[in-house]
Amino acid sequence: MDHFPLSWGRPRNEAVDLYSTYPIHERQRHGQQHDAFAEGVQRTQQPLVTGTSVLALKYKDGIMMAADCLASYGSLARFKDITRLHAVGQYTLIGAGGDMSDFQYLQHLLNDLMIDEYTSDDGHKLGPDEIYHYLSQVMYARRTKMNPLWNTMLVGGFKDGQSFMGYVDLLGTTYTASTLASGYGAYIAQPLLRKAVEGRETTLTEEQARAIIQECMKVLFYRDARSLNKYQIATVTERGVEIGDAISSDTEWAFAEKIAGYGGQP
Amino acid sequence: MADGHQHPIEHRFNPYAENGGTVLAIAGADFAVIAGDTRQTEGYSIQTRYAPKVFKLTDRAVLAVNGFQADCSEFVKRVMQRIEWYRHAHSKQMPLKAIARMIQTMLYGKRFFPYYTYNILGGIEEDGTGAVYSFDPVGSYEREACRAAGAASSLIQPFLDNQIYFKNQTPAPGAAPFVPGNLPIDVVLPIVIDSFTSATERHIEVGDGLEMFVVVAKGRDVSQLASLNAEEIPATNPGEERVFIVRRELKKD
Amino acid sequence: MSVDVFRKGGFDFSNARRNAFLEGKGMPLPKATSTGTTIVGCIYADGIVLGADTRATEGPIVADKNCEKIHYITDNIRCCGAGTAADTEYTTAMISSNMELHALSTGRQPRVATAMTMLKQYLFRYQGHVGAALVLGGVDPTGPQLFTIHPHGSVDKLPYVTMGSGSLAAMAVFETTWRAGMTREEAIQLVAAAISAGIFNDLGSGSNVDVCVITKDKTDMLRNYEMPNQRVEKERKYGFRRGTTAWKSESIRSLIASETVVPVAQLVTDEMDIS
Repeated sequence: MDHFPLSWGRPRNEAVDLYSTYPIHERQRHGQQHDAFAEGVQRTQQPLVTGTSVLALKYKDGIMMAADCLASYGSLARFKDITRLHAVGQYTLIGAGGDMSDFQYLQHLLNDLMIDEYTSDDGHKLGPDEIYHYLSQVMYARRTKMNPLWNTMLVGGFKDGQSFMGYVDLLGTTYTASTLASGYGAYIAQPLLRKAVEGRETTLTEEQARAIIQECMKVLFYRDARSLNKYQIATVTERGVEIGDAISSDTEWAFAEKIAGYGGQP
Repeated sequence: MADGHQHPIEHRFNPYAENGGTVLAIAGADFAVIAGDTRQTEGYSIQTRYAPKVFKLTDRAVLAVNGFQADCSEFVKRVMQRIEWYRHAHSKQMPLKAIARMIQTMLYGKRFFPYYTYNILGGIEEDGTGAVYSFDPVGSYEREACRAAGAASSLIQPFLDNQIYFKNQTPAPGAAPFVPGNLPIDVVLPIVIDSFTSATERHIEVGDGLEMFVVVAKGRDVSQLASLNAEEIPATNPGEERVFIVRRELKKD
Repeated sequence: MSVDVFRKGGFDFSNARRNAFLEGKGMPLPKATSTGTTIVGCIYADGIVLGADTRATEGPIVADKNCEKIHYITDNIRCCGAGTAADTEYTTAMISSNMELHALSTGRQPRVATAMTMLKQYLFRYQGHVGAALVLGGVDPTGPQLFTIHPHGSVDKLPYVTMGSGSLAAMAVFETTWRAGMTREEAIQLVAAAISAGIFNDLGSGSNVDVCVITKDKTDMLRNYEMPNQRVEKERKYGFRRGTTAWKSESIRSLIASETVVPVAQLVTDEMDIS
């Protein structure tokens, strides 16, 4: 393993180090050792204006997703009123982390797709499953052209009484699960989500789901340096997609007043 | 600058990842077992505890695929499409050895930007025998009695060499010599289960769940599968080969 | 040209340079066992609770399924180690020894801050090349003390701390449930939950939960406090028939040696001079 404890808790694969979590000067020494194919590989780009984690879970009535409103420029908190949740039709919601301009391009692409579907007027509506496969094919095609869209996305939806949740990233990697988290959320929030949700997907109420998500967003604000205590929660249920207004969590810092110094100080 | 970093650091994009997990297949005289765990990983994280790696292609062919997940699912999708086209063109299911050769050409077709996938194809040949074909990422392939691939292949393959190929075992004096590929199903399935529980103990990327597909030849007795809670996958052509699936839990740490 | 025969002050990294050179020539350093780990500590009403998982890894292979990561420093101080196994074990053993000498020399109960200072100075001296990431906790006459020490020698003092590859999973549990002034039972449950989060979500951590409770009067090492990952029974027995292994030649030698024992006293003729 990587014996360098500073590298722990960070993505082991530099290709998905979306948030520049490796200090640049450490990358050469402690970053991912390249695999056998890496030598033949050409340059591409790197993300500039980035969003951090997205969280999602399944509950009784459908799915719930959350993302904060921050778009960072490196370590600068550049835009603090960004929406990273996007509705696609009436059954599907996507949440994106990573490069925001690539995400806006994808929003554009999905809008075109939905217009095409609407004008064909064939009585068929795209569900979350179809959107998920469309997105994963777009992402995989771009990585194969060595020109990836630098995003990690969660796709959630509810159609015909069925919940759906899936993950897609810049490599075209996909998976489904009843709790999903991208970015730092995968390390910090996913353990909490799994403990709270696994086995209770069909019994959790909306209030309980909301409480779990809010708790996770608070912990992410405590521990992810590229996060913001201003976030949106969205649901997809029988009622369709509902993206809420930006809210914030009550935070607690009182314990800090009892700490003096860093060592022997009383 | 003093040393080291005169040049700007090149941030090159690596189009591959490694998603853990392990698969294996064992052939019997008139059946084949193809198995894989269901954990998908990225670095030290578990992405999901349930991501299938073993897929039924036809009534007599099952494909296990392991390596980089995006390449795996793309590859399986294309193999299934070619098999469907074959059925439409020839009005019959594609034979196992033909699927094996097709997989070779498909893999070699991307020789200079390979699919990072390790494939193991198992099933029943046209002569009714159980068969396993294993492939490397660029299409070199071979028919074998057994094969393990993926993260824990270096742990499982020596075990299979000993238990399936009887390597380093001498028969009792006067006894018949060992012949690989003839073990009964009630020996093979326990060996598969023990392979995966042992790999789970010693490899961090293996665990969560186990899916074992059993393909049996036409007319073969399947009473032994009933005690294992095997679930039959409905066949396209009833009365021919049959495919069963057996699921087990694995440790989740 | 003059050659400096006297060494100037400062750090000497010629060995590190030599190693980098050798690595460039294709002779990498030997791979060490590492405890890609979850370790935690938290303060409660009467003292400290420390926790650790028990998996040690070598790359993706589990090297030890039930290793002990909570090391003894003194009777009232313990230290959890993450990072290169050899570095954590050696460093804590050395500091433990020095702490004992220090206690004998001063005639007092040793303080946690003393162990912390010795550890951070040692780690700083090696500029991170000693890959030990530590959670140090104990109770001394100044009360319960809890620190983390990073491989470069920096120190954190907090009411709850985590380290290792599972540190984010464990910290998430602390951030949601820790409060000041918990009871012993609550603190143990919290620490076990934090370690479990690492065990089940971080691949570098696994197997069992070790817990250590330190109070003013005594220290309880609760080894394997939880064992949530017991192996299921194997489906088959893998015994081999006698004679399974082939051989090319056979030679049997008797290993029973006969010897005569003569008591030393019989060889001594004169009385020994013991004046």
